[in-house]
Amino acid sequence: MSTSRTPLLAINDLHVTVEGKQILNGLTLQVGAGAVHAIMGPNGSGKSTLAHVLAGRPGYEITAGTVSYEGRDLLALAPEERARQGVFLGFQYPVEIPGVNNVYLLKAAVNAVRKQRGLPEVDAFEFLGLVREKMKLMHIEDSFLSRGVNEGFSGGEKKRNEVLQMLVLEPRLAILDETDSGLDIDALKVVAAGVNSLRSPERTCLLVTHYQRLLEYVVPDVVHVLVRGRIARSGDRTLALELERRGYDWVSGQAA
Amino acid sequence: MSENARQLETLIARGYQHGFVTEIDSDTVAPGLDEDVVRLISRKKQEPAFLTEWRLKALRHWLTMREPHWAHVKFAPIDYQSISYYSAPRSRKDGPKSLDEVDPKLLATYEKLGVPLHERARLAGVAVDAVFDSVSVATTFKERLAAAGVVFCPFSEAVRTHPQLIEQYLGSVVPYTDNFFATLNSAVFSDGSFVYVPKGVRCPMELSTYFRINALNTGQFERTLIIADVGSYVSYLEGCSAPQRDENQLHAAVVELIALDDAYIKYSTVQNWYPGDANGRGGIYNFVTKRGECRGRRAHISWTQVETGSAITWKYPSCVLRGEGSSGEFYSVATVNHHQQADTGTKMIHIGRDTRSTIISKGISAGRGQNTYRGLVKILPSAHAARNFTQCDSLLMGGQCGAHTFPYVEVKNPSATVEHEASTSKISDDQLFYCLARGISEEDAVNMIVSGFCKSVFKELPMEFAVEAQNLLAVSLEGAVG
Repeated sequence: MSTSRTPLLAINDLHVTVEGKQILNGLTLQVGAGAVHAIMGPNGSGKSTLAHVLAGRPGYEITAGTVSYEGRDLLALAPEERARQGVFLGFQYPVEIPGVNNVYLLKAAVNAVRKQRGLPEVDAFEFLGLVREKMKLMHIEDSFLSRGVNEGFSGGEKKRNEVLQMLVLEPRLAILDETDSGLDIDALKVVAAGVNSLRSPERTCLLVTHYQRLLEYVVPDVVHVLVRGRIARSGDRTLALELERRGYDWVSGQAA
Repeated sequence: MSENARQLETLIARGYQHGFVTEIDSDTVAPGLDEDVVRLISRKKQEPAFLTEWRLKALRHWLTMREPHWAHVKFAPIDYQSISYYSAPRSRKDGPKSLDEVDPKLLATYEKLGVPLHERARLAGVAVDAVFDSVSVATTFKERLAAAGVVFCPFSEAVRTHPQLIEQYLGSVVPYTDNFFATLNSAVFSDGSFVYVPKGVRCPMELSTYFRINALNTGQFERTLIIADVGSYVSYLEGCSAPQRDENQLHAAVVELIALDDAYIKYSTVQNWYPGDANGRGGIYNFVTKRGECRGRRAHISWTQVETGSAITWKYPSCVLRGEGSSGEFYSVATVNHHQQADTGTKMIHIGRDTRSTIISKGISAGRGQNTYRGLVKILPSAHAARNFTQCDSLLMGGQCGAHTFPYVEVKNPSATVEHEASTSKISDDQLFYCLARGISEEDAVNMIVSGFCKSVFKELPMEFAVEAQNLLAVSLEGAVG
């Protein structure tokens, strides 16, 4: 549950348009340190937009509202700065970067954070050991080490790779954008185990998802339902179950 | 971000790093070209009569030729009479006998370029021949190579020590009538490197030539000849740079490779001639003819080039696959930024049975650069069961550059297999954002994506060159995105 201290992430009255179209429409949300919040909602309700805006993706116009992260103005930071400050976005559609080795990218990411903190570059040998350990947890084969970033990966492999990156980077705020979509039940369990392994009082997680299936394995502290760009309803995990039973129309109707 | 921006500014201000001029006393012939100039060059080099005569035939033929303009490049007319065709550091008597006799200023120049000539520097076991303006100033590791029977020396020295090899092979792959620039080179070539690897010998180290244009208003016309005898192996590296000047300078080199039965020649180039400034002023015109002939059975020639420099690049390292079962490869990364133009590719001429060729070309265009791949795959009637695979990829950065592909295929034997794959892509916003969202800076992300794009070529380069190539690419693409 969110604590009484300053929340890790505080979104206040956020309005966002994409190409002139209003997507987020006065969204307000507070997430405390150590909490796992699920953001659910029908297609087009603004779930992915929220995830992208928090990570700093270009192409979104913020017309009103504020986002504070660890007490600072998150929206004033460039995307790479946000990442170095501990914000992680797990992509819904991870992109392929042919010829760039998975481990190379991961190491560059880790070193970017370390540089920010004034630490020396990670030792290559130790780093490989750490990656191998996390790979085992994510059921990722050894051949992964020599392959290009997401190059020729199946949908499930891409998602597991996102979680692997998260485990290695150990973010303060992890935003997982539909990391469960397109996964079979075994892969879903692996992904859930990965996310759960990172739960701690210092870390916060926003799970963006369409279905409550993932929430059976990663039990959230709070569930929010997003409708037409704002939070229509919040509750504990029973809200997700109720949604599953009654469908999104139930909340949409109420919000109208 | 501000930290990044500052670093970036420093890097961009740094620009071309090899643009310095060495103040050195030179022996430079007055500009202009006629038979007297050709005779003078030949006399300065104490050449035998056959060579003087060969040069004069080339000059006479050249006077009947016209400068070619079929390439997809634009340049102002070149006044060939305003160029000096010979410039050499003024040395004592016959030139240096050992490194101790080389002018310290010259040695310092190469140190600055990152090419230490002192053998004690042991440049990871690479033997270096350094060509400064028109002449070779130093060749390292001569004794160790001689012990293996390998001849690696300045061309002008080989003319005196191995005249029979020169007479037999010079112009046998690129005849003096070949093309405008090769013919000009045949008339006035000054120096270059000569390599002969005897039968069955695996050359014990990488051989390397480092070309440097220093003097003003001179052209550089080197001639490189590499002969790999039956069953031998040699890997050869070529690097180049030039001072930053507002005038364009002409570089018209010729490289000839000959591979006999079962011989293997690997020729790698990292070309970093001065590309001109951000507005397209100055820079080298790199009009080069490179060709190898697999004369023997199962001979193999592999060209790898990384082209980042020059205002204009016009070159097509090619393979003539004459020997039965011989094979040729061409791996290329060509980068253009600002106002650079490149028209480059290869020719694979299949003559023998069961000959194979592979072409992997990666073109990167940024700024207002124009990048053209031009390739010919020719299967002659005699080339039964010949095979070619071509892959030609272009990467665009920004909206003002261009990528062009002109693949020519001529097949005269129905048993041939010819494959061609091509792609054009942009560095996508998605790829860039993915890296940013992992904390990686935009410059690093671009370099990472571009290096990934070029990976299949970089992996063909010898290790120490691969690192240099990657760094060069990063410098030449600075500020290309964002």
